[in-house]
Amino acid sequence: MGYVLNKESFSDLVSALLKDYRIFAPVLKKGAGRFTDVDCVIYDEVKDASEIELEKKSDYASKEFLTPLSETLLYFTEEEVKEADLCEKKVLIFGRSCDLNGLKRLDQIYLDNGLAKDPFYKRRRDLIKPVLIGCGHSYDNCFCVSMDSNRFEEGYAFSVDLIDGEIHSNVLDKEFDSFFKAAAGAKELDVTPRFVTENEVKVEIPDEIPGRIITDDLWDEYTTRCINCGRCNFVCPTCTCYTMQDVFYSDNGRVGERRRVSASCMVDGYTDVAGGGQYRRKNGERMRFKVLHKISDFKKRFGYQMCVGCGRCDDICPEYISFSNIINKVNDAVKKEVNS
Amino acid sequence: MNTLNPYLPFSSKILEVIKHTEKEYTFRMEFKGEVKPGQFFEVSIPKYGEAPISVSGIGENFVDLTIRRVGRVTNEVFERYEGQSLLLRGPYGNGFDVDLYRDCEVVVVAGGTGVSPVRGVIQALSDMPDASDKYVVAGFRSPEDMLFRDDLKAWDSKLNLTLTVDGAPEGYQGNIGLVTKYIEGLPLKEPSKARAVVVGPPPMMKFTIIELKKKGFTDANITVSHERKMCCGLGKCGHCRVNDHYICLDGPVFSYEVAKDFVD
Repeated sequence: MGYVLNKESFSDLVSALLKDYRIFAPVLKKGAGRFTDVDCVIYDEVKDASEIELEKKSDYASKEFLTPLSETLLYFTEEEVKEADLCEKKVLIFGRSCDLNGLKRLDQIYLDNGLAKDPFYKRRRDLIKPVLIGCGHSYDNCFCVSMDSNRFEEGYAFSVDLIDGEIHSNVLDKEFDSFFKAAAGAKELDVTPRFVTENEVKVEIPDEIPGRIITDDLWDEYTTRCINCGRCNFVCPTCTCYTMQDVFYSDNGRVGERRRVSASCMVDGYTDVAGGGQYRRKNGERMRFKVLHKISDFKKRFGYQMCVGCGRCDDICPEYISFSNIINKVNDAVKKEVNS
Repeated sequence: MNTLNPYLPFSSKILEVIKHTEKEYTFRMEFKGEVKPGQFFEVSIPKYGEAPISVSGIGENFVDLTIRRVGRVTNEVFERYEGQSLLLRGPYGNGFDVDLYRDCEVVVVAGGTGVSPVRGVIQALSDMPDASDKYVVAGFRSPEDMLFRDDLKAWDSKLNLTLTVDGAPEGYQGNIGLVTKYIEGLPLKEPSKARAVVVGPPPMMKFTIIELKKKGFTDANITVSHERKMCCGLGKCGHCRVNDHYICLDGPVFSYEVAKDFVD
């Protein structure tokens, strides 16, 4: 069922939803960007429809409710170990096609890599229903069409497309029809969420990446250009790595907690083993490790590409390193290799 | 969720502490359950974190964890003694299949703390009725760094042990030199059918395998065990991934047929 809502009725809808759901959506933070007078769009819990940013592409991905930058897992009190509590209220997460396609990749690692399902992820996953933000146009650095993640057609609760000041929604999950029907002024109309069908940026990924590409000198450039800040990982809708971290309270050393914090394969310490051993010291090697995971190694293991082509890594990189450009460079190098 | 949560550690009593060197102790931990040599536990000490430690011995009601004092967690472990306890999760990983080594010539090459994960394999070899075709080359940095001294003596009497140190003070009677030096001279009858197990620091493994292959070993008959940072042991944290493999899930024990393509 489809609906068209004006601003007021969308506001009513969100207020009604907030009684049953916590809502996480892109929120524009004025002046919070990396330079003076530059804004930033981050994911935050919203309390009002007006906070939801539906036009601009978010700088961060929608994964943050599922994989928070820092999450307390266990509490230690003397000899006792207790699992951290979690608010059990249901959650709506607003995300674009790239983000919602990214969910499948997060599930793949946390629920389906190895026999154990990650219980701390699962309990969050079980709470959420995704809301699709339609894309009326492609944004800077997007290459979702090449990655086949420009569409997300099943599995969202409802969609929202902001067109000429009105919200167009397609409701897939029947549970939400009553909310839309109750929103004053909502008109019933057939609605199809908008999807991008072409991006300015295109990539071509080779089917097979020969081992020699791993040692190709194309990675050397990134040893000097990349400053291994790890931002590309933290904004990525498909990066899942974390590190365990124990914290003990300074007032009482017998009480503390174990957290997991988001980790980056670009940042120092990611591979450190006892006694000072370390793998991939050079930033170029780390770049190669990351890129080949996104476009080859993940696929070898699970049968589909990891990267969803959202381009956020390009948006955030302080060194203007372009991930899509690297993919195409790899492709060229492979072609050269095959032809020689 | 309590009983199912794989992140919740269980408390395990320290039954005995065996001191090998200044820096390396074996903690005999209370444990009942299935476990194989080559598998590992996440040893955790609240306040300091978790570290993956491989099983160096298995008994009916215990596992041995040989720990080198080199990091934040392991330093704290050394402050704990018999009667106290540690928090454990595991065992994780695939471990060695000891039966593979029954009816063939076998060479185990291990360096330093790399002896821990293969100790169970060497013990099994030395307990076989005829261990005359089983060879062990064990290398340590110096005579002071030797682990499992009592075991080494026992193994020496049952199978063919070559014990060597990288360097030693003047007057040292034993072998001096890297493990790689002793592979060429092993009197194997049919190296192309013999099996090898190689565990140690990455450069040692690399050069040992070169020597084994020179001698005629096939990739498929060489088994290696890898060490990586691991925060979960469950295939989630990502730190141990190499290519499309997770060392914690698919390993840490790999056929060299697979491991030869690993690029870190």
